[in-house]
Amino acid sequence: MIDSGSQDSAEAVDDPIVFEQLLRLQAAREQRRDRMRRTGRQVVVLAVFICLLGLAYSLYKVVGTAIDDSQSGWPVIGSILPESDDLKMPPVLDIVSGIFEEPRGTNEPFWSIVGKEAAFTLREAAVGFAIGVMVGLSIAIVLTTSERLERALVPHVIASQTIPLIAIAPIIVIWGRKSFDFLPFEWQDWMSVSIIATYLTFFPVTINGLRGLQSPRPENLELMDSYAARWGQTLWRLRLPASLPYLFAAFKIAATASVVGAIVGEISAGVKGGLGRRVLLEAQRYTTGPERLYVAVLGAAALGIFVFAVISSIEYGLVGRKGRETVT
Amino acid sequence: MNAAGAVDGVQPPAVEIRGASKIFNPGRHNEVKALEDIDLHIDQGDFVTLIGPSGCGKSTLLRLIAALVDASDGTVVVNGKTADAARLDRDYSMVFQRAGLFDWRNVSRNIELPLELMGWKAADRRRRSAEMLELVKLTEFARHHPAELSGGMQQRIAIARAMSFHPQLLLMDEPFGALDEMTREHMQNELLRIWSETRITVVFVTHSIPEAVFLSTKVAVMSPRPGRIAAVIDNDLGPRTDATRDDPAFFSNVTAVRDALRGGH
Repeated sequence: MIDSGSQDSAEAVDDPIVFEQLLRLQAAREQRRDRMRRTGRQVVVLAVFICLLGLAYSLYKVVGTAIDDSQSGWPVIGSILPESDDLKMPPVLDIVSGIFEEPRGTNEPFWSIVGKEAAFTLREAAVGFAIGVMVGLSIAIVLTTSERLERALVPHVIASQTIPLIAIAPIIVIWGRKSFDFLPFEWQDWMSVSIIATYLTFFPVTINGLRGLQSPRPENLELMDSYAARWGQTLWRLRLPASLPYLFAAFKIAATASVVGAIVGEISAGVKGGLGRRVLLEAQRYTTGPERLYVAVLGAAALGIFVFAVISSIEYGLVGRKGRETVT
Repeated sequence: MNAAGAVDGVQPPAVEIRGASKIFNPGRHNEVKALEDIDLHIDQGDFVTLIGPSGCGKSTLLRLIAALVDASDGTVVVNGKTADAARLDRDYSMVFQRAGLFDWRNVSRNIELPLELMGWKAADRRRRSAEMLELVKLTEFARHHPAELSGGMQQRIAIARAMSFHPQLLLMDEPFGALDEMTREHMQNELLRIWSETRITVVFVTHSIPEAVFLSTKVAVMSPRPGRIAAVIDNDLGPRTDATRDDPAFFSNVTAVRDALRGGH
């Protein structure tokens, strides 16, 4: 990149300080280029990984199908490795074609059906995630104001996560149906599922948010004090930006957890619609179309990856691109 | 205290400390007497260094002036008002050992930080930040992020940030302590150039004797446990150049400061 301007060429520079500055400008440019290459490599690695996974699945199926009672006396094979057949492990190609087939009684390809269910679940998860982030961050900010408050409340926040999700899900659905009349809109079951997702979401945000809000060095806080910055200014201009790397780590966990929470919530709350419901349904009619259960589960996995990718790309835009890596 | 001094054209002293002491954790088992009976007078335009062994309370004394720490006893007056009033009026600015730039902001936006806190308009902020970058000679790095700069360059940005709102007083806490010797001498020259261009009052904490003698008009020598000011040495070497570092007068003042440090305890 020497050609980008004649003032960049190092020959005419004898001042070591100016020379060092030019070196740094160039190093920064090269770093940006490297980052592009890295992203391309990651996409290739992901594609190869998915293919290998399919291959491993098919290979085992060949082994598992060959196992029958005649090997029952052999070590490992026949005693530990489970048998397989097309019902237990539908062929990869069946699963792929199951994505595009129209299930009996519908005139819609299965991917479209699963896609709609995924969108339904995504709405529950997204609303739950949004509320969870707001609640989690608010708790973290309140806890930052006082060390005593932090010591008193953090154990309760942790204890809240020991209650099994499946146990509270029906309670929340019942509350939603019976007790939320005071709300200006009609409560619907999917909103209860969102609350269940919120329950899983707020926790990592609170814990990581607290760490992030407390991450500025003492001299950075002193700096803000020396400028007579108000509490809100210090929060907005120092504590929150400093906590972004911590928060995004939490958001990634929380986003996938909100999908898990939504699916589990749908199943245990008996909500109509959504991926949880679809998985339950396809499990019940497994014998007539095992590949559809696999497709539904793949849909759930894809949804989890999708929300993770969304958060990651927001993180990249907000935090990643700013030359955090040190040039030395 | 001549608070009305500015009215009849005479400015109050930049810093006037009388009988100040600081006790951390008073009454508890970990009570520490950091400073005792400090008297210090700093005129406008002075360049005063506070020097002493570690633990002598020089950083605490600087924070007393900054009102980041309250005195347990005595008075600290900055520009004719209480230290905290001076803080709220943004009379001073502080530079720390670590540059402490915000790595999510580019260089220019780092310099604008105090101006944002004061509610300046964006256009005015940008103009001032460009002026400051010129002052520290890093104009071409305006859009870069701190992680892309060397330690010395980061510290120059920290100085630009500190100077951005034209404070009357610059408080520096071992600002060049983490830099290598070559960069440190370069930074000292730069700081003296900025000081002579702006005539700002500087209070500079260091534990390097040559640094103190090279930079300042007055050297306040401190002694530890509890921190006191053992001597204030006038250090009139005239305008500094690189030749000053080899001047006999420079060496005799280095010796004087060293003797005062030894005599302290």
